Amino acid sequence: MALLDVRDLSVVFRRRGAEPFTAVDGVGFTVEPGQTVGLVGESGCGKSVTSLAIMGLLPRRGNQVTGEVRFEDTDLLKLRPQDLRDRRGRDIGMIFQDPLSSLNPVIPLGLQVAEVLERHQGKTRQAALRQAGGLLDAVGIPDPARRLKEFPHQLSGGMRQRALIAIALACKPRLLIADEPTTALDVTIQAQILALLKELVDQSGTALVMITHDLGVVAGLCDTVNVLYAGKVVERAGRHDLFADPRHPYTHGLLQSVPRLDVDRGGRLHQIRGSVSDNIPWPEGCAFAPRCDRVIDDCVGATVPLEPTRRDGALRCTNPVPQEVPA
Amino acid sequence: MSRTGGITTLSDHKRRRIDELTARTSTAAGVSLIRDAGRRLRRDPAAIVGAAIILLFLIIAIFAPLVAPHDPVQRFPELTRDLTVDSVPGASAGHPLGSDPLGRDFASRMIYGARQTLFVGVLATLIGLLFGVLLGAVAGAVGGWVDVVIMRITDVMLALPSLLLAITLVALARQSTQWTVIVAVAVVNVPIFARLLRGSMLAQRESDHVLAARALGVKRHDIVTRHMLPNSLTAVIVQATLTFAVAILDAAALSFLGLGDPDINRAEWGLMLGVDGVRYLEVRPELAYYPAIAIVLVALGFTLLGESMRAALDPKNRR
Repeated sequence: MALLDVRDLSVVFRRRGAEPFTAVDGVGFTVEPGQTVGLVGESGCGKSVTSLAIMGLLPRRGNQVTGEVRFEDTDLLKLRPQDLRDRRGRDIGMIFQDPLSSLNPVIPLGLQVAEVLERHQGKTRQAALRQAGGLLDAVGIPDPARRLKEFPHQLSGGMRQRALIAIALACKPRLLIADEPTTALDVTIQAQILALLKELVDQSGTALVMITHDLGVVAGLCDTVNVLYAGKVVERAGRHDLFADPRHPYTHGLLQSVPRLDVDRGGRLHQIRGSVSDNIPWPEGCAFAPRCDRVIDDCVGATVPLEPTRRDGALRCTNPVPQEVPA
Repeated sequence: MSRTGGITTLSDHKRRRIDELTARTSTAAGVSLIRDAGRRLRRDPAAIVGAAIILLFLIIAIFAPLVAPHDPVQRFPELTRDLTVDSVPGASAGHPLGSDPLGRDFASRMIYGARQTLFVGVLATLIGLLFGVLLGAVAGAVGGWVDVVIMRITDVMLALPSLLLAITLVALARQSTQWTVIVAVAVVNVPIFARLLRGSMLAQRESDHVLAARALGVKRHDIVTRHMLPNSLTAVIVQATLTFAVAILDAAALSFLGLGDPDINRAEWGLMLGVDGVRYLEVRPELAYYPAIAIVLVALGFTLLGESMRAALDPKNRR
């Protein structure tokens, strides 16, 4: 049975004096225990909103969340706020993009690690602080005893993200959601943090939902990848299939846009024309159609359904990139 | 280690230098926000001057009985015996600043006045701070209609000029005592603190670290008390320091206008300025100068310190 099963999740922003905006539109995916699943897409495609909706962290006012988020046997969307609060941080951990602003600037690091242990494991302050030192050590922070007394601004960016990983994993959650955990870091540190995440996730058997716009991260980490566009999943495939043989023109375009060392340095880098805002509403056709190189008449006029593919994935396209015939 | 025949080698010297440097950085690393701000305050001349003024008046106020040459209410008939109407005794032996028209030692009254003025100013500020923080925290943390109600009340209070509001409040009390003044000045400051705190609480509510705390399942009241309040208080602390100055000025103004404690024995700068200072301005302007200068100095001290604190606690100034 799947650990996390998201079905038909939709988030609609309703603001006074503005048209309702559908940020997430019927997204569905599953995460098996211990698996790493990627949610990929460019800015504004609904990745972060999806993660916040799963955690129940969207403000209730002005947002309408529908669908199902089954975690083990419970629908998280139907839980009472206080019950959901008991599960956050204990069963599901979360890491955010900017490690500096995610830490409380006026509280020493040790107390921030201890807080989650006190909250979910009923530990005393002292016991929690003792354990906090070990947790910081486990994520590779040197001299943890000293770091426990320090404040976030005294740590380096990489160390802050390590600390946040320690906090998120403190209660050994079964699922970890990482929302662009390396975007705010230097490239060298990014690699370290990803390696650390992979190691910890493999060791503890924690499932990981990796939200990113960085295809390199996906390639190194994810078992299954969901490509999001304008609030919908447009393609789902195993990592190898996706990179070797992307079917959706959007996925294809994304992969083409990655700079490569081995080919044709003189040529211009491929880009997908237009921007996310150039789309048409999903009910009237494919939202990607205005930017698509392979657009045909059938793309516009009716909803394009998400159909299962032969290789255990799914695809939402009327005119997919032809499958490469193995030579 | 690499000592050879009592001669310190270069590498040894370097190593010691490095040890020195690391020792210094590791102590600096344990410095908290407040201590860091304190360190910057000590380097700011304006803060030092402000703090020195406040400290001076504070010492005078606390040790008034030891510093003052006489009892502030004791009359010295020999000083006023030979005087005509509308004149005031000048300086004489044992009375460096002379006396007031009733023959009470003026220097002693000035010294005891520091006690009274600081007491009123500090208490009014603290009471205002307490209720302002309570209201602001509730408004910012709960939001919704609670926030709307609290904020509309503060809007109404802020719409009135503060002194006018204070006068109205004093007038509402049947009999004026020093407590009427304290409460009136405190109430005037409540909306300022409430609004300030509510604003920073709202900003905190949207902040990433509060979202991160929520993602960890931290309970709501812990989020308010551990994450939102401590991060919102710096602005309020600065405002409180500046409010001391305003409270002292307002309290003095109320006494000056005759709305304070009617007890003629009480030595209070605003009252001294308002009664004898004004009446004998042409004969003995010192009676007005001294209390006026004292009021301005104390207010200046708090303002200097407050402005420096604002700069020192500004997170943008941190390196």
